[in-house]
Amino acid sequence: MFTLILLYAAAAVLVPWAAGRHGRALGYAAALVPAATAAWAIARAGDVADGHDDTARLSWAPALGLTIDFRLDALAVVMLLLVGGVGAVVLCYAARYFPSGPRTERLAVGTLVAFAGAMTGLVLADNLLVLYVFWELTTVSSFILIGAGHPERTEDRRAALQALLTTTAFGLVMLAGFVVLGETAGTYRISEIVADPPGGAAARTAMVLILLGAFAKSAQMPLHAWLPAAMVAPTPVSGYLHAAAMVKAGVYLVARLSPAFAETGLWSPLIVSVGLVSLLVGGVIALRQDDLKRLLAYGTVSQLGFLMVLLGAGTRTAALAGVALLLAHGLFKAPLFLAVGVLEHEEGTRHAYELSGRRRPVLTAAAALAVASMIGLPPFLGFVAKETALKAFAHGGTDAAVLAGIVAGSALTVAYGLRFLHGAFGGAADEEGRPRTPWGLVGPVVVLAVAGFAGGLPTGPLDALLAAYADTLPAPHPGYELALWHGLGLPVALTLVAFAAGFVLYRAFGRTFPAPPVRWRPPDAQDAYDGTVAATLAAARGVTRRVQTGSLPAYLAVIGAMVLLLPGAGLVAGLVGGTAPRPSADRLSGWDEPAQPLLAGIVVVCALAAVRVRRRLSAALLLAGVGYAVGGLFVVHGGPDVALTLLVVETLSLIMLVLALRRLPDRFPPRRRTTPARVGTVLVSACLGAFVALFMAVAALSRTAAPVGPAYAGPAKEEEAKNVVNAIIVDLRALDTLGEIVVLAVAAMGVAGLVLTGPGAPPLGERRTVRPGPTRGMTGEPSKPPPEPPEGRTRWLAAPGRPPLGGSSVVLEATARLLGPTLLVVSVYLLVAGHGRPGGGFVGGLVAGMAFVLRYLPGGKRELALAIPVRPAVLLGGGLLVALASGAAGWLIDGAFLYQTTYHAHAPLVGEIHVPTTLFFDIGVYLLVLGLVLTILTTLGASLERRPGEGRDGGTGDGAEKAARDVAGEEPR
Amino acid sequence: MTGPTVTLMAAVAVLFATGFHLMLQRSLVRIVVGFMLLGHGANLALLLAGGPSGAPPLLGGKDDREMADPLPQAMALTAIVITFGVTAFLLALAYRSRLLTGEDEVQDDVEDRRICAEERADPDTWTGDPVEGNQEPSRRDEPGGGESGGSEPGERPPGERPPGGGG
Repeated sequence: MFTLILLYAAAAVLVPWAAGRHGRALGYAAALVPAATAAWAIARAGDVADGHDDTARLSWAPALGLTIDFRLDALAVVMLLLVGGVGAVVLCYAARYFPSGPRTERLAVGTLVAFAGAMTGLVLADNLLVLYVFWELTTVSSFILIGAGHPERTEDRRAALQALLTTTAFGLVMLAGFVVLGETAGTYRISEIVADPPGGAAARTAMVLILLGAFAKSAQMPLHAWLPAAMVAPTPVSGYLHAAAMVKAGVYLVARLSPAFAETGLWSPLIVSVGLVSLLVGGVIALRQDDLKRLLAYGTVSQLGFLMVLLGAGTRTAALAGVALLLAHGLFKAPLFLAVGVLEHEEGTRHAYELSGRRRPVLTAAAALAVASMIGLPPFLGFVAKETALKAFAHGGTDAAVLAGIVAGSALTVAYGLRFLHGAFGGAADEEGRPRTPWGLVGPVVVLAVAGFAGGLPTGPLDALLAAYADTLPAPHPGYELALWHGLGLPVALTLVAFAAGFVLYRAFGRTFPAPPVRWRPPDAQDAYDGTVAATLAAARGVTRRVQTGSLPAYLAVIGAMVLLLPGAGLVAGLVGGTAPRPSADRLSGWDEPAQPLLAGIVVVCALAAVRVRRRLSAALLLAGVGYAVGGLFVVHGGPDVALTLLVVETLSLIMLVLALRRLPDRFPPRRRTTPARVGTVLVSACLGAFVALFMAVAALSRTAAPVGPAYAGPAKEEEAKNVVNAIIVDLRALDTLGEIVVLAVAAMGVAGLVLTGPGAPPLGERRTVRPGPTRGMTGEPSKPPPEPPEGRTRWLAAPGRPPLGGSSVVLEATARLLGPTLLVVSVYLLVAGHGRPGGGFVGGLVAGMAFVLRYLPGGKRELALAIPVRPAVLLGGGLLVALASGAAGWLIDGAFLYQTTYHAHAPLVGEIHVPTTLFFDIGVYLLVLGLVLTILTTLGASLERRPGEGRDGGTGDGAEKAARDVAGEEPR
Repeated sequence: MTGPTVTLMAAVAVLFATGFHLMLQRSLVRIVVGFMLLGHGANLALLLAGGPSGAPPLLGGKDDREMADPLPQAMALTAIVITFGVTAFLLALAYRSRLLTGEDEVQDDVEDRRICAEERADPDTWTGDPVEGNQEPSRRDEPGGGESGGSEPGERPPGERPPGGGG
């Protein structure tokens, strides 16, 4: 069974791809797949009828109870015969119907195969969730197929969308029902649920939800509007959709679950009443249609209602009639649609009053056969089914009403069946001469119509198969069998009544084309759908209008206010109510170390000043002040690693900010907020700060368990690491670090992407000079010759270009030249020392980055290009690779990712050497961080040099000099 | 001396308050500064949560005070570097915004503004039949929506500028 599904999937992909070259032949080849399905079903039919079901199971995630179960039983075989048989015929028809070539048509054929595959999976599924997946696959396929004919027409797109919305919306309702049912039953296997159905209110709720999905799928009143609208689809699609797929899914689901719920009080009355309404109303509307396809569509609504009545009634005889009619309906509805398709193909219209009425004997005969089966003329399969149906309800009580409904429905079927024949073939022949018969199109119609005829003749295996399903239901009349003749009795009499009434109806209402207008038009299901869609859209816009103001600060303020409202209010309530520990004076200390108040004071002053200042550069400098003071707090607190990192980061950030600020005006734009908004902002921010502090206090005082941090000292000692923080980063929690350096790499790529691409980006040639290629770096030959350095300037630098901050400073150049290599050495020391002393890959990489910043500041991008022999991207990728590789090496050592150990070696002069494998991980971190810094320099930094004289900033050169003065003059401390 | 220290808490409170306040502004540079202040606040909070100060978490050191909790320090360390990376990203965004709009300011979403404006101009727009409803609303209501979006303040939250007004 898995093979079968995979075969469909492969064919669905291959057909559109290959059909462009091989055209029609491939359409016929595609028909082989459903044909094989039908053949397989026939081959297995005998065994299945004897009660030997086929099952297949694939455990996907057994721990979660997710298994994919398939099961072939009698009902599945019947459905497969329809899906496969009708599918194969329809595909043959489609191969001829669609002009080979255009993309949409090829797609349509491929999707038809997928459609058939989805239906196959649906009827084979023995798991509610698997069934749901295939259910929605049919929905998606039908969505594509309905719109496939003329995707450029609004009407077609609307119809496709309507089918999709209606069936998926109620499909979701059904899914909810499935979940409730599965959870109540304790299993999602359909066969187990049917064998031991759960009871109670939950199961009843699930039942109603599932039925809603089935009704929408099977176009039952009042959820039927999508089906007539879907008549815009190409005819083969309509034929298949009505006869075997999609709408049959809902009926199938009812048939599948009937044995489980037939005895529940609600099941039968609900289905039978909905089915009867659809049977009658659908028939009445069908009688008024001029468009032959819409006539057939309402006929389908009517017939599906009939099927619902039979399959939902919950008795053996009714179920027998139901499956027989299921088969019969497929075999008469498909040829009728295909016949309309032939007419439309030949004459370009499907409106009865526009058809020419030419003589088409073969097509007419085939369509007449199909209609005969539809209205239940003996000896067709439709007759057999209808006789059985009448028998099933022929014993008084409430069933009498149902019986009356069925008779009335049959009469309507007769009437609109005759109307169809009249409309399609009964026009006055205004011209003589036989039109040519397109055998490729007419052939499939004949095949299906004859099959409907043959099905009615007594055939043992088929009856046994249908009975095998019907036997799963309770039997008030055991032993009733399908047969052409049961002798005279009520059913035969009622059949005759139906024929007579139907003929009268046809004479009275069905003979005029176009149908006369009605005076009073009842509210239509299409209006209801349109109204729902319009109301939903209006509501969505209303909500958007009120909630989505488009202002980022407003959104942030709402987030902040929510933090205050929920956890903040909870915290205050806890404090007031006495459930939270009070931060009283005796448990709080003023400070741990005497330096803390001083440093904290600097933090507070700088932070508050940063809010007030109007100049961008001042804000950046105050920010650096905050950063250095926080670094001091870290030192005092006992975190040298953190402090070291923070100090380097602060310096880099400051440089980065200054570089970026050069492109921006000196001052912030004036604030334009109104006073209430400003007060609100301040209030929310202040409350948020207070909340965080209060929360910290309460949380710290509420601590009951010992902190886990100090416990890391033990494992760190085992790893022979002296620096516990570094051990945590590169060893004990190395997976976290791996994730973090990935974030860094992503951020670096984001920066490069934002600066180097899009409008305003440098052309590719110029970009080269910004990002040094390895070859140029090694040979020392930039693509453009460097400009001659100004006269009288010391050659401290290799290729001095335009300094990013303007001006030139020999001191800076000399410092860069002398200090750069030293810094690099220091960075390597920090990297290696991280194992035992403060240091590590992060701070090492940052310090190495500083060395290049020093080179960049006086020398500009050209100098930088010479200083780094590789592209920053190589460092980023290489660093990540090294870190991953060192992690993967853990697999080789101990079979665990990121497993770390230490190797000892004895070198002659140096003595004992410890080589922890964490070092390699740290090297990766080091390279990556260096790559990040260099990316920032080569993108953000270099982009600033690109158009140095840009006028819009009010003269960047001046601004830069001013900025340099600001650096000198406005140092806050 | 086991309780949290008030000075650190005050610093955290101020950092969070100023950081959030700056993030509520429209200038991207202010937002970046606010983001970094928030980052400092979060790192200090981590430190605070780790307990009182102590000796550096180096094994075999000479400091005989109790060792400070190393775990928050490791977290703060990586957080610092990540804040740095994200700050660079934000600055690149500011640069790009400056390049595209000539402003380093966060503008209101024009589409959202247009919806607000057009609803007031024509409250019955969306009760029509869904054939038209399926089309792009922007096509249909361009003239009315565009005009009213630029001119009248109406229900706009207090203090927000009209779109494009500052360019």
